[in-house]
Amino acid sequence: MPELRKERLDRGVKVRAESIYAISSMKEIMFLIGPGLVLVILLLILPVSLPSFWQRIMALTGVYVLLSIGFGFLASYVGLVSLGGALFVGMGGYISGLLNSVGVPMFLSIPVATIAGALICTLVLLPVLPLRGVYFAIVSFVYPLFAARLIAALGIFGGTDGIAGLDVMPNVYVLLYVMVAVVIVVMFGMSRLVNYEDLGLVLRGVKDNEQAIKASGLNLTWYKAQAVFIAAAMGCFGGAYLTHLYGWVGMSLFATDFSILPLAATVVGGTGTIYGPVIGAMLLVPISEALRPFGTLRIVFYAVILVFFVVFFSEGILDYLKRKYEQFEHWVRV
Amino acid sequence: MTNDDIILRVDNLEKAFGGVKAVDKVSFDLKKGGVLGVIGPNGSGKTTLINLITGFIAKDGGKVFFKDKDISKWQPHKIADFGLARTFQVMRPYATLAAYKNIIPPLYSPRAKRTAKGKLGDRSAVAVDILEEVGFERDARVPYKQAGTLPLGYLKRLELCRCLALDPELIICDEVFSGLSMSEIASMVPLMERLHSAGITLVMVEHRLRELFQITDRAIVLSFGEKIADGSSQEIFENERVKQAYFGGEDSYVTSE
Ligand SMILES: Nc1ncnc2c1ncn2[C@@H]1O[C@H](COP(=O)(O)OP(=O)(O)O)[C@@H](O)[C@H]1O
Ligand SMILES: [Mg+2]
Repeated sequence: MPELRKERLDRGVKVRAESIYAISSMKEIMFLIGPGLVLVILLLILPVSLPSFWQRIMALTGVYVLLSIGFGFLASYVGLVSLGGALFVGMGGYISGLLNSVGVPMFLSIPVATIAGALICTLVLLPVLPLRGVYFAIVSFVYPLFAARLIAALGIFGGTDGIAGLDVMPNVYVLLYVMVAVVIVVMFGMSRLVNYEDLGLVLRGVKDNEQAIKASGLNLTWYKAQAVFIAAAMGCFGGAYLTHLYGWVGMSLFATDFSILPLAATVVGGTGTIYGPVIGAMLLVPISEALRPFGTLRIVFYAVILVFFVVFFSEGILDYLKRKYEQFEHWVRV
Repeated sequence: MTNDDIILRVDNLEKAFGGVKAVDKVSFDLKKGGVLGVIGPNGSGKTTLINLITGFIAKDGGKVFFKDKDISKWQPHKIADFGLARTFQVMRPYATLAAYKNIIPPLYSPRAKRTAKGKLGDRSAVAVDILEEVGFERDARVPYKQAGTLPLGYLKRLELCRCLALDPELIICDEVFSGLSMSEIASMVPLMERLHSAGITLVMVEHRLRELFQITDRAIVLSFGEKIADGSSQEIFENERVKQAYFGGEDSYVTSE
């Protein structure tokens, strides 16, 4: 009779040092790429398997996933707390909408809005980048409020009505797969940047070891600006995408939800990784939409969920799942 | 002596914290290729002086000239970029990362790119080479160990490596010998001599006089932020003010170990 014994899933795979793996078999490779693969497959089959109400929510969730990756990236890897989600979304949305309204096709206006929008966002945030503390959070939060008032008061860019009649994606599958493709590229790209690229290492120093970075002849503000540009580009793409989801651009793109939810998603999903905020956003946005029938009461549910996570589950979902996954025990023959 | 012999000139630097004069009108100059010791008891303003020269804290008064340029108002990264590197007395490496990764950021800098250190292909390989130069044993895989687990001697070398990656013309070292064992110091002295003979100008802030005077014969002495002596080891040991301020009247500290 064969003997059985319990073995952890990560046994022999993870050597002591952080993020150095000794890979020796197919099984071990599967252990490492398995979770990512599951996420990618999920993203690929969701668009064709969701009912149409949820398809639209998936599109919106994608925008929040991008914003949350940006928030988590700035908070965990650069040391900047950004509440600029609404600024990024509004900027990208309006640039793409305005371009589209004068005849620029959306397949051009979206990329232009992504790059130009991120550039403008970075420039307007530049004055607060050298400052330490809460200034960045405050200023990034206030700009969109200011922009919305300005648009309403001056009646520019369509005023309170916004600009309607813009291009929309040809069908819901194009809409969703564009987002899925962008999310996959951004997710793996960002994960690579923070873990393996030299720039990621510099940014980590910007967060944890300002003095060494300065003494290394590196301009702190310049690297913060690059990081803000990256996060802003993701948000601006999200805004431009929303414009062509609705075929309309208006002041609601400056809504504070875009600034706050990424923070909540990062708390729920877990800080210190790129995937934590992704998982957080993929949970929170659908929950928030499902609670919509409760009207303003949903804010209460929302607050309860947040407090629950902060108090009882501060490691975040991702770390919890990761731990369970790596320690998962199964029977093996010896 | 012509003016272009002078690489660093410090002119009446001043800094007060609250009521305490941490650096009080300190002036000196240093020839290209020279080695200057800066000594003084704890709290005499040595680290503050370095911070003022390298732009890490704002000056209350005074000027700094490096390679004939007035760098008094420059930001730290620009000063480093111009070839004036420094180490920190309190080291804070990327503790959880491999030691060599600490050298990647300076190799990523504009200066390293200009001086070719950063573009000799793979930065990781260049980083390991630099670590090896200062005495990290490649075979023992020390460059790949987590920086947080390294003994103090290696951490001090790591600080020097961060400077060397910039290919600097002048390095200001903040107490590279302090806290080290005798054998660690014994291996550090030749390293500093090697840097000197490679043409790098050095400012050595030190507590350890005997080791310091193996490397240089000129030092300035600080006491309560003031420069009280400037000269050869002989002149300094014979200076009455130095004896009082630094050795508390008796010179046993210098000779005993
Ligand atoms: N950031 C600071 N804030 C207030 N006082 C300081 C600060 N840095 C140094 N000091 C004071 O300035 C004096 C000189 O300190 P320091 O330059 O560190 O001396 P040393 O390096 O010679 O030991 C000390 O009295 C110290 O307490
Ligand atoms: Mg000191």
